[in-house]
Amino acid sequence: MTTLEVRDLVAGYGPVRVLEGVSLDLAGGEVVVVLGANGAGKTTLLRAISGMIPVQGSVRLDGADVAGRRPEFLLRRGVAHVPQGRGTFNDLTVEENLRVGGFTRTAAEVAEDTERWLDLFPRLRERRDQRAGSMSGGEQQMLAIARALMSRPSLLLLDEPSLGLAPLVTADVFSSIQSIVAELGTGVLVVEQNANLALGIADRGYVLETGSIVSSGTAAELSADDSIRRAYLGV
Amino acid sequence: MQLFIQRVFDGLQAGVVYAILALAIVVIFRASGLLNFAQGELAMFTTFIAWTFLDAGVPWWAATILSAVVGFVIGAVLYRLLIVRLGGPAGNPLAIVIVTIGLFLILNDGAGIIWGANPAKVPRLFGDGRVEILGAGISVQVLGLLGVLALLVIGFGLLFQRTKLGLALRAVTSNQESAGLAGVKVMTTLMIGWGLASAIGALAGTFTASQNASVDTNMMQIALIYAFAAATLGGFDSPLGAVVGGLIIGLVSELVVGYVDVIGPDLRLLPGFVLVLVVLLVRPQGLFGSAQVARA
Repeated sequence: MTTLEVRDLVAGYGPVRVLEGVSLDLAGGEVVVVLGANGAGKTTLLRAISGMIPVQGSVRLDGADVAGRRPEFLLRRGVAHVPQGRGTFNDLTVEENLRVGGFTRTAAEVAEDTERWLDLFPRLRERRDQRAGSMSGGEQQMLAIARALMSRPSLLLLDEPSLGLAPLVTADVFSSIQSIVAELGTGVLVVEQNANLALGIADRGYVLETGSIVSSGTAAELSADDSIRRAYLGV
Repeated sequence: MQLFIQRVFDGLQAGVVYAILALAIVVIFRASGLLNFAQGELAMFTTFIAWTFLDAGVPWWAATILSAVVGFVIGAVLYRLLIVRLGGPAGNPLAIVIVTIGLFLILNDGAGIIWGANPAKVPRLFGDGRVEILGAGISVQVLGLLGVLALLVIGFGLLFQRTKLGLALRAVTSNQESAGLAGVKVMTTLMIGWGLASAIGALAGTFTASQNASVDTNMMQIALIYAFAAATLGGFDSPLGAVVGGLIIGLVSELVVGYVDVIGPDLRLLPGFVLVLVVLLVRPQGLFGSAQVARA
């Protein structure tokens, strides 16, 4: 059970500052959603947490400051990040993608977990030896999640899993995430525009606007909040 | 018939060197998605290092192996100190290509300053013996190099397909960012990839020198052009393709020059490249290359 504690996180690209001091918490096994429109800084937030870009401020995992450490290091501390656009290895087969996902683990563990996730995602089993680049967006998203799970993370960072997917497929992806999380007890930090589905699986949430957290609360509170309903739920 | 077989043997003799250099190009391409135009000059440089060992009394075969080790280190350090600063594969590929062309010139002039412009003599790696096969003569040297080549192809095939290092190399080529997110040590992996390619290049250099029985600063330049053609013909991501491509180009050049009077030795480069052009029209990814697949 990993706890994540982010304080006053500032990050950006070159001279452009995207995050203006973000603070958030995730207790062990919690599912936390960060809602935000395009350009709010959702992707940057995850990239900053997993060490893909330089940051100021603190990122604590179980109390230890890991701000600025490389993704290779964070992965070994139990943080797996499914990047925006899924980050599939297009030239590798489905099975090879999973093997890369289990890079830090032993061959026996990789073999065991490969079967496990192929059982959970039968579509991936059918395409086991097919190159990942030739699969549909939904299949690639499933593969990306399975690949991240291969490292047996205690904290999963998901960057807009609904991006570019048809509504039915998106619903499918979210229900898979929900059942995996329930089974493994993995903590999840998911950033999304699709507030409906994301709040549906989340315990708590934050709203990110132009690089700052503007409100937070339980999933139920956020779903009931009028301004959030207007901005993100389209009702 | 005997003349034909002799020409085939001569073609193999030329092709085996293109094949090994093409293998180095393919290994770097697979490991880092980049083309290294300095590959041939690096090979020339390490061959002079092998010659220095030879001059100091080390046997030629041991000097060859030592030069491959030195090549590995040079390749890895080059990557770490130079290519990384240009952003690696994620950086501007044009900048990196231009830098490798700059390296080409630096290595060529550097070798001239250190070792002089005159060719230095080296022995043949597998001796001066010749054997008769089907009535035509082939040197033991060529047979030996073909054997080494076969071992290299099998070795690299196994490395890329069966080992964790190979998986890491392929993952880093395919998607560097995701490889890092999966815990692959991207920098180390790429350093190893460049090291391996330079080590193979070093072998290509000493093999070429062994064929010519001498080493000089310009010995790899034509070979590099043929090697790029071989890699293109075979497919840039296939070690087997590089080798088959190299041998085919050697054979075609030799046979066409031998049998078509219009194309004399002066037009030696032409037939191989016409073949490359024709193959690419039919199969843009090369004979053994895999086509890029990506659904939006």
